[in-house]
Amino acid sequence: MPDGSFAHPQERQFNPYSENGGTILAIAGADFTVVAGDTRQSEGYSIQTRYAPKVFKLTDRAVLAVNGFAADGNMFVKKVKQRLEWYRHAHAKDMPLRAIARLIQTMLYAQRFFPYYVYNILGGIEEDGSGAVYSFDPVGSYEREACRAAGAAQALVQPFLDNQIYFKNQQPPAGSSHPVHLPLPDVLSIVIDSFTGATERHIEVGDGLEIFVILAKGRSTQGFDGRSGVQELSTTPEGDRVFVIRRELKKD
Amino acid sequence: MNSLTERFATTGYAAELKRAKDVLGEEEDGLDPMWGSQAGFGNLASGVVKFNIPTVPDPSAFLRMHTDDFADPSCRIKIKHGTTTLAFRFQGGVIVAVDSRATAGSYVASGTVKKVIEINPYLLGTMAGGAADCQYWETYLGMQCRLHELRNRERISVAAASKYLSNLVYSYKGMGLSMGTMICGWDKTGPAVFYVDSDGTRLKGDLFSVGSGSTFAYGVLDQGYRWDLTDEEAQELGRRSIYAAGHRDAFSGNTINLFHVKEDGWKFIGNYDVSKMHYDGPDNTGGYAYELRVEGKSSANPPVTQ
Repeated sequence: MPDGSFAHPQERQFNPYSENGGTILAIAGADFTVVAGDTRQSEGYSIQTRYAPKVFKLTDRAVLAVNGFAADGNMFVKKVKQRLEWYRHAHAKDMPLRAIARLIQTMLYAQRFFPYYVYNILGGIEEDGSGAVYSFDPVGSYEREACRAAGAAQALVQPFLDNQIYFKNQQPPAGSSHPVHLPLPDVLSIVIDSFTGATERHIEVGDGLEIFVILAKGRSTQGFDGRSGVQELSTTPEGDRVFVIRRELKKD
Repeated sequence: MNSLTERFATTGYAAELKRAKDVLGEEEDGLDPMWGSQAGFGNLASGVVKFNIPTVPDPSAFLRMHTDDFADPSCRIKIKHGTTTLAFRFQGGVIVAVDSRATAGSYVASGTVKKVIEINPYLLGTMAGGAADCQYWETYLGMQCRLHELRNRERISVAAASKYLSNLVYSYKGMGLSMGTMICGWDKTGPAVFYVDSDGTRLKGDLFSVGSGSTFAYGVLDQGYRWDLTDEEAQELGRRSIYAAGHRDAFSGNTINLFHVKEDGWKFIGNYDVSKMHYDGPDNTGGYAYELRVEGKSSANPPVTQ
């Protein structure tokens, strides 16, 4: 109509969500944790950027990976970091990992009726020095696990991890048993293989890979000091330490 | 005293600040409780509930559109579902048994979920429906039970605890919460089981099963249930019932978690793999599968020849 009105009733919906692809993954060892994510960000069939980080350092002993809707993810990480800074000002120390996990639950659940479209995986070192992984659903139910994959290629990567980390459907050789925790070099190989495999078979995964390694206090860097492209991110060399390893993934 | 009068005064600095906050409609971030510890439940501490609600005419329709995978399997936000849980009262206390599978659509999202929530050493809650709803509100119930202890110098009864939860979820009725839970424990009246769900139903009873596999569990449970079961018989009945559900219901399975509540609080009995129960049973003396019992007794299944 010339006056700007419509001849027929119009229906509109409020749709604030989008899906930005990518995959994240975390594995806990005896005295270390590895958290990784690819760096591709896409919407539908088009790639928006080849470098959008999904894994973030929260403290010297905690790393958070977010996947789902990138805008919600980035805002959520920003708010978690703000709450951790407030905690530091109030208590003069970093928040322990299990407390960060509970904090993330309550922050996600506060949005129960308008959820963040984000799958979170928190990895790091517990107060007793053990490696730990916590995985969350979008409204805050959480669980401590030894390994977890989430995102676009979850259904491709998780069965591989079940087999290689939990030794599902594998029989130990006669007279021996499966190890409870794998050494760091084995875990790093499994992570890299997971992502090269997912890149081959999933269109939303690729471009770059960021692997965060969190080492418990006093643990040597033995296991990845031979590798290239390692960068230390920790604020002090004593205490728990955080490193990042960057790798290229296929870009087609 | 000054701070108390200040808080309720309609004039002065504090009142002005409060009015300014009301006008600005301050976000969750600005709340004072966020700065202290409040155990992360600061959004509930001020009396007025501060859940963020989307600014649309019908918020629960918005939530349903984006999260309900029964109405729309292609919805983006998949909330974990699917379960079998059971609890029953008998001469020796309460048995609580659950499976450990969580599904998002047809994907098995996790096989290691803890569906028994340890509210305190005398109270257990079970999880069916929305995993986050059960985890969050039963943790919150645990805080309220502790406050009841501090205020009244005695433990809260199971009846009171379950009523606290049912009143709480009833206040959110129609907003999309989804939980079917059993609050189990031992109080002055002895063993007690209450069924509470997000519709606001609250029932006292001897025996309940909740979830997609509950019909299968009830089949075994009803058949084997007696008041004078021994502890071992009761534990076996709970285990066998969840196994039946794990076997016949696609949305249940992986492992069984078994708890026993007695006068001195609950005790974790064990975690049992459903596949192992099928072939070997809990003590390797024979599985629950019927193959053992039909071996060599039908033409389709002829006797093993030496």
